Amino acid sequence: MNVLFAVIQAATLALILALLYRPLGDYMARLYSSDRDWKVERGLYRLIGVDPRAEQSWPAYLRGVLAFSVIGLLFVYVLQRAQAVLPYSLGLPAVPEGLSFNTAASFVANTNWQSYSPELTMGYTVQLAGLAVQNFVSAAVGIAVAIALVRGFARRGSGTIGNFWVDLFRGSFRLLLPLSVIGAIVLVIGGVVQNFNGFTEITTLAGNPQNLPGGPVASQEVIKLLGTNGGGFFNVNSAHPFENPTAWTSLFQNVLMLAIPFALPRTFGKMVGSNKQGYAILAVMATLYVLSLTALSALEAGGNGTAPELAGGALEGKEARFGIFGSTLFGTTSTLTSTGAVNSMHDSYTAVGGMMPMLNMMLGEVAPGGVGSGLYGMLVLAVIAVFIAGLLVGRTPEYLGKKIGPREIKLASLYILVTPTLVLAGTALSFAIPGIREDVEATSIWNPGVHGMSEVLYAFTSASNNNGSAFAGLTANTPWFNTALGVAMLLGRFIPIVLVLALAGSLAAQDRVPATAGTLPTHRPQFVGLLIGVTVIVTALTYFPVLTLGPLAEGLN
Amino acid sequence: MSSTRTAVRTHWVAVRAMLIFTAVLGIAYTIVVTGIGQLVLPAQANGSVVESGDEVVGSSLIGQSFTDADGEPLPQWFQARPSAAGDGYDGGASSGSNYGPENADLIAAIEERKAQVAEFNGVSADDVPADAVTASGSGLDPHISPEYARLQVARVADERGLPETEVAELVESRIQARDLGYLGEPTVNVLQLNLALAELG
Repeated sequence: MNVLFAVIQAATLALILALLYRPLGDYMARLYSSDRDWKVERGLYRLIGVDPRAEQSWPAYLRGVLAFSVIGLLFVYVLQRAQAVLPYSLGLPAVPEGLSFNTAASFVANTNWQSYSPELTMGYTVQLAGLAVQNFVSAAVGIAVAIALVRGFARRGSGTIGNFWVDLFRGSFRLLLPLSVIGAIVLVIGGVVQNFNGFTEITTLAGNPQNLPGGPVASQEVIKLLGTNGGGFFNVNSAHPFENPTAWTSLFQNVLMLAIPFALPRTFGKMVGSNKQGYAILAVMATLYVLSLTALSALEAGGNGTAPELAGGALEGKEARFGIFGSTLFGTTSTLTSTGAVNSMHDSYTAVGGMMPMLNMMLGEVAPGGVGSGLYGMLVLAVIAVFIAGLLVGRTPEYLGKKIGPREIKLASLYILVTPTLVLAGTALSFAIPGIREDVEATSIWNPGVHGMSEVLYAFTSASNNNGSAFAGLTANTPWFNTALGVAMLLGRFIPIVLVLALAGSLAAQDRVPATAGTLPTHRPQFVGLLIGVTVIVTALTYFPVLTLGPLAEGLN
Repeated sequence: MSSTRTAVRTHWVAVRAMLIFTAVLGIAYTIVVTGIGQLVLPAQANGSVVESGDEVVGSSLIGQSFTDADGEPLPQWFQARPSAAGDGYDGGASSGSNYGPENADLIAAIEERKAQVAEFNGVSADDVPADAVTASGSGLDPHISPEYARLQVARVADERGLPETEVAELVESRIQARDLGYLGEPTVNVLQLNLALAELG
């Protein structure tokens, strides 16, 4: 790895994101604040029976989120079960029940964990009408919930936090759809395929038969990244040359994953009436991102471990065109957002390098996190941070003029307990339940020893945090993993959403208290430092004991 | 309104919304992007296929194996990286090995590949580059490092009865620089190199 080239590549990415920060952030702020609907939208709202100007209380908003997600779950499930009779299914049979449930939960929860190998399992119709649609709308749901929380901070004495259906439609049609059309064309220029050709059998130069896959890949690829979904059209995701053909498409894919999550702090600042608040949140996210990227890149370039040292570099599972830094950049972006796409195989990373994607997810995916979920996750941590600061100086904590009282702290505390509980309980149960333990060890685990434990820990970390990447050696298409990970994905997505919307309602109802000399300024470097510390301490340290059993034990060997 | 009626009404709204999204974001969007791709960028949209004579011999983006029916490497062709996709470069089953860094099978495989590549090319095992002994992420990696290509020059030239300098020049001319000069790594596309080689004779 050439350090200079790596730094310039990272700087290019930072520059593009910096150029997008204001226009994209301001666009989203206007989009979600405007009370003007397009004529065609008014027609659609009439069609679904919704009054777009009717504001919703938080329970009503939540009912919309949950009802829409339940229906989405059923749609994706039924499509998979009906695959045998759908057109363009490449002759593939119906997807089995357990796998259908897991996949439906996965795509509705914006996780895109894949227990299956797509080219052997999913026909084009299921991919485009089921999975790609969820890539759009599950992302739009995440942004909607974040916007609802921001409205909670922005409004005073209000009983409402917006209209879910309007937020959902605008996010899908006015934000994600136009960006996806542009992005898909850019990807096709780079060589990503977009056809309905199925598999083409050819004879190679050396005279061997080879099957070249086809498919409507670019259209799904772009929203997989832009919506921080991550579910690949092919088994190896963005390592596949038809998903990610060149080093520059790989950089572009990084931009797609990071554009919205990194611009949302601007939207937040705009909507609460102080751009400085947005910059503070951005600074926290960017600092954590740079630290994590540096650590993983150094570890993989170092190439410690028996196999990498023998080979002369940690290139197992990495593509020649991306090299080490192109792989670690993508891996960092993918796991610090909730994308979970991969352009290299995390299972084959060096021992401690393989811990970094896990650690990224364990942080709660807040640097910058998934579309919407990253911002609301970080704002919940900000609430915890002002509370801790308030305890230190003995004052009632406030954030953006809102008092952080017992109700707010209870909701925030429950929020940060959800994913660690799911991750640790899921991993522990996999090894504790008689019958399941044997099956996990005999069938699912691919690598022997502590690395096998890491595969299971990675799976539950990924599912509960709605990431979707994997230590992909794990065979997860078993009754236990399909069920347990499916449940972890749904609970890891929707319990936090319930808590965030409750928090939004409780904040919106409050009046704003004027800032005084004793108010902690939340736009200064001091607060940025505090929030970084809180993020690392409350989330990552929860997992330290279990990490010592997996990747750290392997790395110290 | 009772809570049951509210719930039923909300779900009915959700069903109608989902039908609209499926029609627009699933079907119409995919058709529009496919149409643009097929009309404006048909070569890329259809897989960047490469022809030799009138025959399609592969895709410039998808690696292929240069082995005989038994999977033994053919000395007259430049060899690609090891592949974990099916039996090697199976376009229908992309896959990495997913072996961890301490996996005994991987360690044994690297040792074996190192010895094989060294013997096959008549070089010292210490000169074998990392990409020659590690499987890629996709199992379909179309590239090798310039180092691995250079390492194979003498063997290929010898096998084909070509001057070594001519083959070496061909390799140098086929090295793809980093994108924009700094993105990714320099590479050699194995299929395109071998096609050019076939034209040399």
